[in-house]
Amino acid sequence: MIGLVYWQETAIKLAVILGVIPVTSLILVYLFLFKMMAFMQSRLGPMITGPHGTLQLIAEAIKFLQKEDIHPDNADKHVFALAPIVVLMSTFLLYVILPAGPDLIVEDLDVGIFYALAVSSLSALGVLMAGWASANKYALLGGLRAAGQLIAYELPLVLATMGVIIQAETMSLQGIVHAQANFSIFGLDSGMPFIFTQIVGFAIFMIAAQAELTQTPFDMPVAETELVGGFHIEYTGFRFLLFFMAEFGTAFAFAAIASVLFLGGWSLPFVDPNENWLNFVGPGVMLFKILILAAIIFWVRFTVPRLREDQLQKFAWKVLIPVSLVNIAVTGLIKVAV
Amino acid sequence: MVAQNIFFGLIAGGVGISAIKMVTTRNIVHAALYLVAVLAGLAALYILLTAEFVATTQFLVYIGAVMVLFLFGIMLTRAPMGHRDGLTSKQWPMALMVAVLFGAVIVYAVIEQFGADELSENPTVFRSADVGDSIFSTYVVPFEAVSVLLLAALIGAIVLARKD
Repeated sequence: MIGLVYWQETAIKLAVILGVIPVTSLILVYLFLFKMMAFMQSRLGPMITGPHGTLQLIAEAIKFLQKEDIHPDNADKHVFALAPIVVLMSTFLLYVILPAGPDLIVEDLDVGIFYALAVSSLSALGVLMAGWASANKYALLGGLRAAGQLIAYELPLVLATMGVIIQAETMSLQGIVHAQANFSIFGLDSGMPFIFTQIVGFAIFMIAAQAELTQTPFDMPVAETELVGGFHIEYTGFRFLLFFMAEFGTAFAFAAIASVLFLGGWSLPFVDPNENWLNFVGPGVMLFKILILAAIIFWVRFTVPRLREDQLQKFAWKVLIPVSLVNIAVTGLIKVAV
Repeated sequence: MVAQNIFFGLIAGGVGISAIKMVTTRNIVHAALYLVAVLAGLAALYILLTAEFVATTQFLVYIGAVMVLFLFGIMLTRAPMGHRDGLTSKQWPMALMVAVLFGAVIVYAVIEQFGADELSENPTVFRSADVGDSIFSTYVVPFEAVSVLLLAALIGAIVLARKD
């Protein structure tokens, strides 16, 4: 390894995160929101800007940046300005623990997955701040719906990861990747992902993540037909862009966490996870798995109609949480027995 | 040690200012947001003390759940914009006295007990596994007592919320 002083290493890591997040939102929005959605609706999507409309989003970003920074007269200016930054901060903090190779991680925290769930709950706070500070009843309703939903689905999300933690005996994401690289099932000796044993946990995690990301069918907080746009109704220009970037950056991060927990992350079956060349191949493997999971998230988003508010709460408390508790109990029993 | 002391000073100063702003601000939502800043600062102090697990729990429980519920409750009932008078309770001198006394006792007790201790140059990070081990071995009785207490609180909440 190249010897670097602590602050040099930190500066490089910060620069990487600052670069990665806009790029991930660009990829997700172009691939899924623009193109996949368009093809599913038998149209072409953006075609004019750049080859096959690849530069469309950059053009849109420039448009957003040029807009005037407007806030409503009655708005609480400071909280209004701070809210999108709080939401985006939660996204940035998530990227700290995402591994992309044996040595490619900003900080391999011992509390890994627990930390990810903690910082992702910060976005609920930002959304509530945005809803309140806009001084708009639709925004406030959207903020309240978002907070209620995020609290309800935080629990199954945490509980669904518990099965993986029990099986891997660690909360560190690198540790979970290594545990899967050494995990054997069906007579195949190594590199089997946890999805084979944790299929229930995987399903719960993906559903809860869909709700945490407020994607359809769980998009009541931003339901345009009911609330005109929910908590970000009064936001324009670069502040709206921050919300937009946070939404897709977080979607990418959740897909990444799911791919680490259930699909083996950057590791490949039958390959020693300590091989140095995995530092070069790992990010590609990881991206491939993330895009598959993100495709599922957006596929559901474009297909399923919106749930009602009471159905959403009932589904979380009466279905997801009991099932995930049973999953934890069964996983624990098998772990002790085997 | 110098860097840690500087950051301790910065964070502690921020926490202190936020705490004072929290009780003096005239908008109840602002008060809640200052409380968030206080709790986040405490989480940062735990990280300085190499207690990662405690810091993360502080973040998840207090900021992610308790404060969101606080704000949720405030906004569901009334969420006034702008400044309001009459938020300050008439008993504030008494409350101030209790707070000062409590602070004095805590400071005295901590200095008396740990005043001579020094942090080591390379502090060991407490792994979550160690925390789990000690909860379920050394501290299993307090842990169970707290669980029963929480269960009682849960049942109490359900009893209060039931209509019949």
